Amino acid sequence: MKTFEGYRRANGSIGVRNHVIVINTAGELAGLTKKMAQLVPGVIPVAHQAGKAQYPEDLEQTIRTLRGTAGHPNVSAALFLGMGEGDPAEEIVSALKKDGHHVHAITFQKGQSISVVLNEGKLWLEKAMERSRNEQKETADITELTIGLECGGSDAWSGITANPAIGVCSDAVVRDGGTSILAETTEAIGAEHILANRAVNPGVGEKFLKIVKDYEMRIRDTGEDIRSANPTPGNMAGGLTTLEEKSLGCIKKGGNSPLMEVVAYAQKPAEKGFIFMDTPGYDVESVAGLAAGGAQIVLFSTGKGSPTGSPIVPVIKIGTNPKLYEIMSEHIDVNAGKIIDGLNTIEEIGEEIYRKVMEAANGAPTAAEKHNNQEFAIWRLAETI
Amino acid sequence: MMSQKYNAIKLDRKDNVAVALRSIKPGEFLAVQGEHEAIEIKENIPYGHKIAAIYIPKDSKIIKYGDCMGISTEEISPGYHVHVSNVRGLKEEERLSALMEVQQR
Repeated sequence: MKTFEGYRRANGSIGVRNHVIVINTAGELAGLTKKMAQLVPGVIPVAHQAGKAQYPEDLEQTIRTLRGTAGHPNVSAALFLGMGEGDPAEEIVSALKKDGHHVHAITFQKGQSISVVLNEGKLWLEKAMERSRNEQKETADITELTIGLECGGSDAWSGITANPAIGVCSDAVVRDGGTSILAETTEAIGAEHILANRAVNPGVGEKFLKIVKDYEMRIRDTGEDIRSANPTPGNMAGGLTTLEEKSLGCIKKGGNSPLMEVVAYAQKPAEKGFIFMDTPGYDVESVAGLAAGGAQIVLFSTGKGSPTGSPIVPVIKIGTNPKLYEIMSEHIDVNAGKIIDGLNTIEEIGEEIYRKVMEAANGAPTAAEKHNNQEFAIWRLAETI
Repeated sequence: MMSQKYNAIKLDRKDNVAVALRSIKPGEFLAVQGEHEAIEIKENIPYGHKIAAIYIPKDSKIIKYGDCMGISTEEISPGYHVHVSNVRGLKEEERLSALMEVQQR
């Protein structure tokens, strides 16, 4: 059994990091969230633009994401900043407290002095940092680990080297009893029948087909047709012949394991094993959704060197080609370009990725963490009202 | 660049196409990682592009990643380039029937 040393939370989950974060509910407070974090060394700001004035479905998704982020096992404590009447900060905090999370909300009222609020937040964060420093690690096994699967800044090699190697790692994690979540609904368009066929039962398969269809319809409503636009002329020059092939190159990050469950954006899976999460192709929003849904670590293939990280989860970058590794090695954790150079097989790189996962689970910082890359954005389906 | 023992890979054992890891010229031999059989290359194959690893009749499945990624529009002999000139994507009804086939297992 593979094990790692993590932080046990009151609700029973296990974290591979012990972050103290400040997070805003209203977009207007993004700047103040960053300022608040700067007052106490080590505190991480999770600032974003999504606030009120949203369609009900989006508001629900935003709140689910905020709750999942603050209640994430990698988070030791979270301070919420909210503003005005009807702000969801207090409600989110009281729900999280019931689960035993160490959280606090400060909701700005009209005419309240900013310096007073900053001071209140600073005092709470200082105590939270001290508390987190005293938390001890304990041994957990791989069955308690969830990894997210993502790509961003893809190139012609993504589907040939890094993605299939991630698939080998995903299958190994699932075989060992862990969970892996594949994301990016847009990238599955064209190969959805193949993934649906891997579903454990027709219900899961149909749910998957529905989220792909719904997403495609929303895109069509804007006048775009993903099926006809892909593969692009650039994809074809790179060797991709059909839409099925392009999508297969993406979904193979999920290896060949049976699809156990399909979850909404930022939703926590109820099952273990291989899961699909409905997220957009935009990597920052997709990674935030995977994290809010409980992934403690994210595997991320890149051909062009996307620096995307996360404020709360270690993101492991898998470079697709040797040139990228030569130029941007500081951004890359695993060089799948070695497959092109004939140095390693896809299986060997898959095993190397798995080793990196266990190292990161035991606390080793990833390239994105070393550079403090902490991108965060919440997926929204409609326009702002 | 290291000297390579092979110039192509297969993404799944079931695949009938291999992917070129570097540009390959006619007259060279296809050397797939993990396989011993050598096939003579008949056309210029740019890196990242596909090569027929076996004889593929017209109207049959092109298998990459162990799954069907398209249908051959003409017969393709081993060593030939497999791309938009001889492969098409699946039609809607073909994708649906592929789905039905497996759901009825």
